[in-house]
Amino acid sequence: MNYLERKHRFLFFLRRHQPLKICLILSPSVIWVFLFSFIPLLIMIYHSFMTKGPLGQVLHIFTLANYEKLSFLYLGVFWRSIRLAGMTTFFCFIIGYAVAYWIAIYGGRWKNLFIFLIVIPSWSSLLVRIYAWLFLFRDSGIINYLLMQSSLIDSPIPMTFNEVGVLGCLIYTYLPFMILPLYASIARLDQSVLEAALDLGASPFNRLLKVTIPLTKGGIISGVILTFIPAIGEYIIPDLVGGAKVTMMGNLIADKFLSFRNWPLGSAITTALLIIILLLIFVYAKSEKQSGLFEVQES
Amino acid sequence: MKRNIFSRLALGNKLLPIFVILVFTVTYAPLIVMMIYSFNSPGHDVQIESGYAHEYVRASEKWNGFSPVWYKRILSDKHLLRALVVSVIVTFTAVPVSIVIGTMTAFALYRFKFWGKWIFEQTLLSTLLIPEVVIGISLLLFFVGFLQIKLGIRTIFISHVAFTIPLVTLVVIARMQRMDPTLEEAAMDLGADEIATFRKVTLPLLMPAILAATLLAFPWSFNDFVISYFVAGPGSTTLPIYIYSMLKVGVSPVVNALGTVIVMFSIILVLGASLMQRLRKS
Repeated sequence: MNYLERKHRFLFFLRRHQPLKICLILSPSVIWVFLFSFIPLLIMIYHSFMTKGPLGQVLHIFTLANYEKLSFLYLGVFWRSIRLAGMTTFFCFIIGYAVAYWIAIYGGRWKNLFIFLIVIPSWSSLLVRIYAWLFLFRDSGIINYLLMQSSLIDSPIPMTFNEVGVLGCLIYTYLPFMILPLYASIARLDQSVLEAALDLGASPFNRLLKVTIPLTKGGIISGVILTFIPAIGEYIIPDLVGGAKVTMMGNLIADKFLSFRNWPLGSAITTALLIIILLLIFVYAKSEKQSGLFEVQES
Repeated sequence: MKRNIFSRLALGNKLLPIFVILVFTVTYAPLIVMMIYSFNSPGHDVQIESGYAHEYVRASEKWNGFSPVWYKRILSDKHLLRALVVSVIVTFTAVPVSIVIGTMTAFALYRFKFWGKWIFEQTLLSTLLIPEVVIGISLLLFFVGFLQIKLGIRTIFISHVAFTIPLVTLVVIARMQRMDPTLEEAAMDLGADEIATFRKVTLPLLMPAILAATLLAFPWSFNDFVISYFVAGPGSTTLPIYIYSMLKVGVSPVVNALGTVIVMFSIILVLGASLMQRLRKS
């Protein structure tokens, strides 16, 4: 009885003090996210203004030298990251839109199965998928082996350790992240609108350009953001598929931290990457339609 | 009616299905080839009891015949089994914690309006989108440069909870938005207090979403390489970090077998969960 009474008092008290209730429910995640996501980023930004000591330690002296160094030494790598991520997004969009459109419109009762088939590989380990990719496409991989056996070529076609190889693997990895939001927004389209467009004399291509794509803008924005942002900071793919020849910002950062022990410079590069990403996320958050991020997995 | 060349290509009639089949083929070809070659015999004698499984054996492109030798080698590799244990410990502690916290967060975000809600939501979304390298590096700096604690299972656990909370929250919120609010109101009207309403009405209604979130969070946490790589110390090698070290040595056929096991396991997990949901509905 005593326990029940106390419980009722407590609930009554919370009912009167709504903010306290919210605080109580929200505090674990706010504390965790604040402490282990937000504060670390601030500490990283702080480190980017510090000086590197002769032994690789961090001297707490304010300097802008890291950013100066970054702005003339690493522009090439920045540009390559942006270019590769942009190309990945572009190709994923072209391929993903076609696949998502086909599944949503012609999938019939197998729709969910097709989406499952698209998603399942990305549930397994990314490392394993990259490994499988390498196993097929490296110089002594299965494809080059078969081509050489059938004497179509004399020397192996280099499909890894160059930019094309990295791009291929990036597209392979990020395609599901593009297809899911696209599919969600295409599936939600009113099919009669599409039929009306044809009845009113639009060619299929015109309909795609003027009706379907504008109506699925929300999914397109989500897909582009979901592909571009992780791709620009990708680390394992250029590391394993590109080797030392194709370095992206992720590799640069990891190198500065793990091999060169230049934490301030590494922090400066990471901060620059973070700024690019936060700008994109801000634009995304401000755009009115954010759709289809997490709706498909539930079905 | 103006007809240009694009409409001749008949988008959607013949070309599109072929294209889709092609995409599916490219998606699955590497995995299927890997699975087939995991049974490839090495063609010469391989020592099974040798401690490290990735002691370099060149992967053969030539098909030498069927052999389960690579699977035997997985089981004989003590370091690999230890890495597996570390991964299991981290995942099975981090995911339940983040499921509880994430569900609470989703509940609060959906139900109440408060100051700073937009910022908090965007922070959650950002932690999902920010590349893993950035999160990994900032956590490394935080643990080593600021807190000065030793890297190990503890730091991996903290990081895994941190990056799975937003995932769980967003999945559960998506479901909550489709929930009928009158059910909860009815429960309250019929005399249930907040706790009873949550336990007897809200939670059962959210169960499918929580299941979906668990299903997403488990492979995320288990397969995460980049963040774990930065916050792992000596002696706390997780399975993905171990696989990475194997890949760095060279393409070893043991990875074929290991990869096959991981892919099959995740497929069984997904199929099992979707079957379970289907049974529940009918």
